[in-house]
Amino acid sequence: MTDTASSRSVTPGPDASNGGMLNLLNGFVIELRNAGLPVSLTENLDAMEAVQHIPIEDRDAFKYALGATLIKNHAHWRSFETVFEVYFSLRGPEYRIAEGDGDTDLDELWREMQEAQQQGEGNGQGGMDGMTPEEIAQMLMQALMNGDQGMMRAMAKQAVQRFAGMEPGRPVGGTYYLYRTLRNLDLDNMLEKMMDASRDEASGDLTSLEERLEKEEYEDRIEKFKGEIEAEIRRRLVADRGAEAMAKTLRKPLPEDVEFMHASRDEMVALKKSLYPLTRKLAARLARKRRHGRKGPLDFRNTVRHSLSYGGVPAEPKFKYPRPSKPELIVIADISGSVAAFARFTLMLVYAIQNQFSKVRSFVFIDGIDEVTDYFKATEDIQEAIHRVNTEADVVWVDGHSDYGHAFEAWWNKYGKDVGPKSTVLLLGDARNNYHASQSWVVKEIQQKARHVYWLNPEPKSYWNTGDSIVGEYGTHTDGVYECRNLRQLESFVDLLA
Amino acid sequence: MTTTDSTPTTPFDAEPRFESVQEVRDALRDSSYLADDGISGIVYLADRLNKPILVEGPAGTGKTQLAKSVAEMTGAKLIRLQCYEGLDESKALYEWNYKKQLLRIQTERGGDEGNEDWTDVKDDIFSDEFLLTRPLLEAITADEPVVLLIDEVDRVEVETEALLLEILSDYQVSIPELGTIAAKQIPLVFLTSNNTRELSEALKRRCLYLHVDYPQLEREKEIVLAKTPGITDNLADQVARIVRSIRQLDLKKSPSVSETLDWARTLMLLNIETIDEQVAKETLNILLKYQTDIAKATKELSVDD
Repeated sequence: MTDTASSRSVTPGPDASNGGMLNLLNGFVIELRNAGLPVSLTENLDAMEAVQHIPIEDRDAFKYALGATLIKNHAHWRSFETVFEVYFSLRGPEYRIAEGDGDTDLDELWREMQEAQQQGEGNGQGGMDGMTPEEIAQMLMQALMNGDQGMMRAMAKQAVQRFAGMEPGRPVGGTYYLYRTLRNLDLDNMLEKMMDASRDEASGDLTSLEERLEKEEYEDRIEKFKGEIEAEIRRRLVADRGAEAMAKTLRKPLPEDVEFMHASRDEMVALKKSLYPLTRKLAARLARKRRHGRKGPLDFRNTVRHSLSYGGVPAEPKFKYPRPSKPELIVIADISGSVAAFARFTLMLVYAIQNQFSKVRSFVFIDGIDEVTDYFKATEDIQEAIHRVNTEADVVWVDGHSDYGHAFEAWWNKYGKDVGPKSTVLLLGDARNNYHASQSWVVKEIQQKARHVYWLNPEPKSYWNTGDSIVGEYGTHTDGVYECRNLRQLESFVDLLA
Repeated sequence: MTTTDSTPTTPFDAEPRFESVQEVRDALRDSSYLADDGISGIVYLADRLNKPILVEGPAGTGKTQLAKSVAEMTGAKLIRLQCYEGLDESKALYEWNYKKQLLRIQTERGGDEGNEDWTDVKDDIFSDEFLLTRPLLEAITADEPVVLLIDEVDRVEVETEALLLEILSDYQVSIPELGTIAAKQIPLVFLTSNNTRELSEALKRRCLYLHVDYPQLEREKEIVLAKTPGITDNLADQVARIVRSIRQLDLKKSPSVSETLDWARTLMLLNIETIDEQVAKETLNILLKYQTDIAKATKELSVDD
């Protein structure tokens, strides 16, 4: 392997026969780093060594070998996979990495299918292209019902070719083509049809449990099929535009870097998933910190008592067990549209580790304020409580636009007396007050009575105090304003808190 | 580890244990561990690269079992270090047998001819005879092949992790009084973690990373079939499907593979041929361990949407 399609100018390694591989891997690692994945030099070397032991033709094994050496955090696996698929989708032939689905196999399979079709229905068609959409749908349904992997892959290929209408050089994202393909295939309807078919098969009496299982099985297969279509579209796009350009467009932030304020629906789901392990980690860490944080003062009595076994010599000093008090937490969160997601996540996080605090009270507001502590007390299921916060809390006073001033004033009049020297108060929001009166004296009052007051702002720092944001005015009366745009920042703040 | 032919063989030159990924896979299957592509590939790599494997994943997905099965299939001795908070050098690496040393010194004093001088005694009491080996040292000094399992490594404090670094990267242990003890053979090392905290970069860097997740439907069914003697194909299929269905719910603790197996065995004992709603509801408490989870699953399984 000498000169390659790799467009990078990386100096070839000392081993000439390996130069191509070295270039390839280097390029791949650069791509990974561009995607935000931390890859150290030793890991890079490990990967280099690992691929020498793996038969390169085995694409899956190759992927796992790279994954095991380069990626040390499961949350990063998805990003890795995307980069891998893009980066190696076309380099296959040059580097003898088999595509996994050789075209010859497919063609064969296709012919077989065709033959079966012809025998079954007796209509002599020449090729796939001659089929009507209905026939394709019929075949797809069969493939899905039988769970035939090879056939599903072939169908995906065919569907993309027919329905996506891909044109070289057209600056459209893959999602557009995906949408077009899926719209033509009408998979939702397909699910219904498949359910009907299996009901017929079981002569009409499926119990609800069976029906549920059956449905999930089909949904799973359809998901897989969608994955095949996506892969096919990606392959074609890479062929058209080149791997580097594609890797750039497909680059997605890691779950912990996704911004709360701009998260898409899929990203939200991913965020929620990574929240649970995070809380577990936080709780473990905080509990440990509490136990081992500081050493208490000398325990005189205990030391003397133990000195008896050394003949009165205080050989083993004993210390008092430190018992730092747990803070009492008061969360006051803006839940108006723009920052709702952030408030939700913070509440979830706080309640997930609530045993690290002696007491947690929470309030939500838009322009009116309401206490929601009871929602969380009533159920162990945080999601359900959050749902009730969104639907039941009485937070609108006049027009449902954020009014921090009024909300704070109302809160102070009603609950201000509950703030004590043990309380830590968290204020959540972007402080976009719609030009209402700020009533920042409330925050000042709270600061005087409470142990700490913190403000968490989900906006990037550069937006603070622009437009109607008055976070600076409130901030002067707090013990700190923190930027909390993503899970990573939120985590480090909570760590500091407890 | 580049060595030319002239240098004496080091443990790093030892014959690789496996010829191919497929061989690993088949051998694991023979010791009734059903590995997927990733698992067998990484075990194979670990052997070739002489690197430890860090196995992470939810509880009860067979992380520890993997190490046990690898030990079984290679005929190696399994040495296990269970980690816990407060684990230290004297429990993990080695310890001087203080009492024996004391006895040695006292015998010396009691003897008539006190002509052995101080350096002799010192050399004597800091020798192998007075060394108590703990799992890590035991693993590298053993003559026979060894699989070292460092279980639940996330339970030790970050500082204690440092104890492991030397042995993981160089397969040696430095004892100040004795010098460096190098491995006689390279053990296959597995570290397991339930991910309750982020492990240090230094540790991760030295390992191959393997994430073991809940298995896919097909594999779970195979596991149930393999581990529950006498179960019918039909029942195993149902078990796997229902478990998958339950895992999709938003639960505090999803059922693990071991819980799936418990459930399958229970169903066998109850002589149940097919699972209907009633049976599922009555035996859910074997799969799920939280009351809220059970309530949620019961509700989900009975209401048809």
